[in-house]
Amino acid sequence: MRITQGTFSYLPDLTDSQIAAQIDYCLDQGWAVGIEYTDDPHPRNTFWDMYGNPMFDIRDATAILIEVNACRATFPQYYIRVTAFDSTHGTESVVLSFIVNRPDAEPGFRLIRTEEPGRTVRYSIESYAVQARPEGARY
Amino acid sequence: MGDMNTPTQITDAKKRYSAGVLKYAQMGYWDSDYEPKPTDILALFRITPQDGVDPIEAAAAVAGESSTATWTVVWTDRLTACDMYRAKAYRVDPVPNTPGQFFAYVAYDLSLFEEGSITNVAASIIGNVFSFKPLKAARLEDMKFPVAYVKTFAGPPTGIIVERERLDKFGRPLLGATTKPKLGLSGRNYGRVVYEGLKGGLDFMKDDENINSQPFMHWRDRFLFVMDAVNKASAATGEVKGSYLNVTAGTMEEMYRRADFAKDLGSVIIMVDLVVGYTAIQSLSHWCRQNDMILHLHRAGHGTYTRQKNHGVSFRVIAKWMRMAGVDHIHAGTAVGKLEGDPMTVQGYYNVCRDTHTEVDLQRGIYFDQDWGALKKVMPVASGGIHAGQMHQLIDLFGDDVVLQFGGGTIGHPQGIQAGATANRVALEAMVLARNEGRNIKEEGPQILRDAAKWCSPLAAALDTWGDITFNYASTDTSDFAPTPSVA
Repeated sequence: MRITQGTFSYLPDLTDSQIAAQIDYCLDQGWAVGIEYTDDPHPRNTFWDMYGNPMFDIRDATAILIEVNACRATFPQYYIRVTAFDSTHGTESVVLSFIVNRPDAEPGFRLIRTEEPGRTVRYSIESYAVQARPEGARY
Repeated sequence: MGDMNTPTQITDAKKRYSAGVLKYAQMGYWDSDYEPKPTDILALFRITPQDGVDPIEAAAAVAGESSTATWTVVWTDRLTACDMYRAKAYRVDPVPNTPGQFFAYVAYDLSLFEEGSITNVAASIIGNVFSFKPLKAARLEDMKFPVAYVKTFAGPPTGIIVERERLDKFGRPLLGATTKPKLGLSGRNYGRVVYEGLKGGLDFMKDDENINSQPFMHWRDRFLFVMDAVNKASAATGEVKGSYLNVTAGTMEEMYRRADFAKDLGSVIIMVDLVVGYTAIQSLSHWCRQNDMILHLHRAGHGTYTRQKNHGVSFRVIAKWMRMAGVDHIHAGTAVGKLEGDPMTVQGYYNVCRDTHTEVDLQRGIYFDQDWGALKKVMPVASGGIHAGQMHQLIDLFGDDVVLQFGGGTIGHPQGIQAGATANRVALEAMVLARNEGRNIKEEGPQILRDAAKWCSPLAAALDTWGDITFNYASTDTSDFAPTPSVA
């Protein structure tokens, strides 16, 4: 399966020049761009590891793309996303976040149903990759 | 405006309070020199006085009947600080190009209102005056609330920013669809539609306004099957998904019961209809705050009083009230779809929902500055007769912070519901990508869609089926200060 988190997951994987154009857009808006990676793509795993802090002071898409590619070289079988932060009052949150790297195989998630009294069912979702192996050895 | 014949306030107390009938202006409800205080609540009414009724006296009557006045003088006024409690009409302008109609500005002292109660605001401002005989018609066009009053409301329980953080969805409009047919599906069949839509790429599915607990589907059955569909789709995509579970019911107790069950099942969102009333909405809003729930409001019934320009309440006022009452989503129009709404007027509603500070913008029907005092933002929802072929228009009109709901435009797709959902999601992401790349989507939108359709056959089928469908009728509720562009 293809995990469809992120702003552009229904499109073909973005090329480097497409990624650079999106980063340019973020910088034009005054946002700070960060890079995050994980091997636990659970939909509620909010805190992917940061590949350094958000790059508040780098205002050059080419330089940020170099960082994206360095992260890809370090973690080729991880999910990597580019995330933009807007510090404007009233927003102060993430405003764009798209995946730029995926493992070769995405095994997806298992839906666990726990039956309870009546017809109530409790649901939890578990990644097959996370279930199979410990952090760092999953993909 | 104002002329020499307009009666003015009688200042001699003995004359003012002798028994009998006076003009409202004589009673003190008109003061052309009044400077609204920063703490006043302001209202703008469009009034159509009966033939021969002086517009200023009509404005004074509106001020009077929406505050302290009755038809005759009462001595008991003198037991109170009555001049403060009297609302003051302070400005009357003719409506541009509309003979017989006038804009009447009225100021209300803050002490006239109970804190944190939209119901009290509504009972005061629209309680009496709209049936008042000397007026042929009246419409509440806009209101301004001082920050001091805004801060007596908790506002949206979640708000746009936190909703996005919870859903992990950023930088694009959210996508939804209303499950159809809206009546008649069993719980099992209903859940099927929800699963197909969410798995295909929608973020949300939605109960329609009149799906409550009818003989064909008990509400618990709906909730159980829908939540199985939501969780299965979430596992299939790795995304957080939701379906607005409509908890609207005949009593508050029953609505709480349904909301509690939605929470037990792990739903991220519940829904309620505007017809439950302002008090019930505020109560549910507080419940949502306590239970980490997003509150979706379907504006069922609003068209009965918002649509006609000469009489009723503008939707921009309802939008302001609902932001204060505390909803997270509100249906606010599409401009391009099947339901009423001229594009600039609709943008005005969106701004009221999403601004941190709303500026006067006559072309969009915004008559007052409004400081929202850090009240959370409401996510507007565009729903009703829209399809993937309009994606560039929708994003150009409304930006990213909106839920685009394609009901028929998803479920009616010739290749099935999943394909319909995928077509919409691909169209959406392709358009956002192109906009961010600096392309002029308003002009190039159709080409951007055709290019994406080359590799996405569901989108190609959607464009073939609906590409030419437009709903190009003249709007009834249009700006008085700008020509109305067509969007077809």
